[in-house]
Amino acid sequence: MSGYLAYVGRRLGQFLLVVFIGVNIAYVVTHASPIDPVEQSISAVTSFGNTSPGAIEQMRNSLRELYGLSGTPVEQYLLFWKRILRADFGPSMSAFPTPVGTLIGRALPWTAGLLAVSTIVAWGLGNLLGGLAGYYRQSRGLKLMGVIAMGLHPIPYYILAMLLLIVFGFLWPVLPISGGSAMNLPQTWTPEFVLSVLQHAILPALSLILIGMGSWFLGMRSLVSNVLAEDFVVYAELAGVRSWRILTSYVMRNALVPQVTGLAMSLGGIFNGAVITEKVFGYPGLGSLLVDAVYAGDYGLVLGVTTISILGVSIGVLAIDLLYPLLDPRVKVS
Amino acid sequence: MAILLRDLLRHSPEFRIGAVLLAFVLLLSVLASFSPYPPESVYVVPPDVPPSLTYWFGTTSRGQDVFWQLSFAIRNTLLFGCTVALISRLFALVIGLISGYKGGWIDRALMSVNDTFIVIPLLPILVLFYFVMRDRISWLMLALIMACFGWAYDARLIRSVVMSLKAREFTQTSLFSGMSTRQILTEEHLPYVMPIVFSTTMNNMVWSIGLEVTLAVLGFTDINTPTIGGMIYWANQHTAMVAGIWWWIAFPTITVVMAFIGLFLLALSANAYIDPRSRLWSVGEAS
Repeated sequence: MSGYLAYVGRRLGQFLLVVFIGVNIAYVVTHASPIDPVEQSISAVTSFGNTSPGAIEQMRNSLRELYGLSGTPVEQYLLFWKRILRADFGPSMSAFPTPVGTLIGRALPWTAGLLAVSTIVAWGLGNLLGGLAGYYRQSRGLKLMGVIAMGLHPIPYYILAMLLLIVFGFLWPVLPISGGSAMNLPQTWTPEFVLSVLQHAILPALSLILIGMGSWFLGMRSLVSNVLAEDFVVYAELAGVRSWRILTSYVMRNALVPQVTGLAMSLGGIFNGAVITEKVFGYPGLGSLLVDAVYAGDYGLVLGVTTISILGVSIGVLAIDLLYPLLDPRVKVS
Repeated sequence: MAILLRDLLRHSPEFRIGAVLLAFVLLLSVLASFSPYPPESVYVVPPDVPPSLTYWFGTTSRGQDVFWQLSFAIRNTLLFGCTVALISRLFALVIGLISGYKGGWIDRALMSVNDTFIVIPLLPILVLFYFVMRDRISWLMLALIMACFGWAYDARLIRSVVMSLKAREFTQTSLFSGMSTRQILTEEHLPYVMPIVFSTTMNNMVWSIGLEVTLAVLGFTDINTPTIGGMIYWANQHTAMVAGIWWWIAFPTITVVMAFIGLFLLALSANAYIDPRSRLWSVGEAS
């Protein structure tokens, strides 16, 4: 048990380090810029008409305050942390006066849902098929699947999402290609709404699953073919254990361990994919929010989405890490 | 080197296909030097002409020849990938070698930072970077910041190889014969690590080019330098798909997908070759 507690402690430490470094990167990136975001916002506003110098000065001061650019660098840094810990990113410039936190809160469930479902499906299906492909090497269908996985895996999310959009939007329009649910439905838990949400999620989820599955498939296939050569598998075969049982509880059980670590490691990359996929399909999640915020020049919103993404991904990684001992009992002992 | 290439060509179908795909892409990028038009000029040919004998891949709504534009774009995109890969290889090598050889608290500290860089979602950070830099963002700046993030996974791989090298006898021998740590790492361990560095280079290029395409398509890079993502960005700006100018999107997409699959297959076959178990297996099956 103490081994498990030590493990949890180490993982928690790693989680805090990820958040710390991530937030510091965000701070450095925003503060090392040669362009003053305040002056940029002011020039954007004043280009529309004449504003009195007094009003500009007032606006400059309030924007400096808002962006956390007043005071010494140390004060600015501490203020930056204070706002992040309180999840207070001020009001959004593009959707004034809605707070950034509210906008993010509205978008978060969409991203989390899409990401969770597509990651679990891609990981589960990819590992299952990859395991079968590694065990039944001669099967033609599984070999073909390997070729498809090799062709799909290296394609960036944007390109595949765009291809799906062209196929199902222009050539064979059967699925909705934009939005999170039908516009005319109220967002309550009615069967119609749920159905519409599922229908709208098919294409974004499909593009995430198709690419994600490829890497789990290929990884699992090579892991399984390595485990197959181990003595304990040969022994089980000689002892007459049924082949399905060998595959599931002897071979795949062992090969799954590095795949779980792999999932934790690639979560950030999968999140990147979700961001861009959401933008392609106009899905109302964090990705669309981020990109639209850049187009609208909304500093607080961009910073807010970035920090929430770092936090969200590291919480996901922590969750996977804490489930890991269930699969690999050696962690509890050491 | 020649023997290695011959073996790979003979025994690995992945390597053959990857090499052919990549050869096409490289040929196209080399052709950029013979382009009759400078890459930045617009309205040099009649706009919106479908693919024909005069304009092989058609022309864009901005009056550019898609073929020549594409050859500039793929050249810049590949150069970008190579730059990121080269710089990030340096980081990965230094951190991987030191971490694997030194062990102890240095290893733990470096690997904690390393795991952090693996996990952090990069796209929002790059978008934030573009947001504060705006038009000042340049090709090289983007390559540098991506290189700062692209080393972590490969440093872990290198570390694991060095850890096993450290346990072998020749490391002890060189230590007792008075070689310094730097000498042991660069002269004794580096040659064993190089195959992995080569195979990760190609995977790293797939990764960085993919991110660059993504950013460029959104318009979050220097959009005046022709790149594959930049071409798709301009095509989207002119709603090429809706207007029926499919060749403006199709040819860049096909080219970059060929590059991705080619690089990935080369990395895959190189990995299989490095691992002695799978090398024996593939040679055994072929003969």
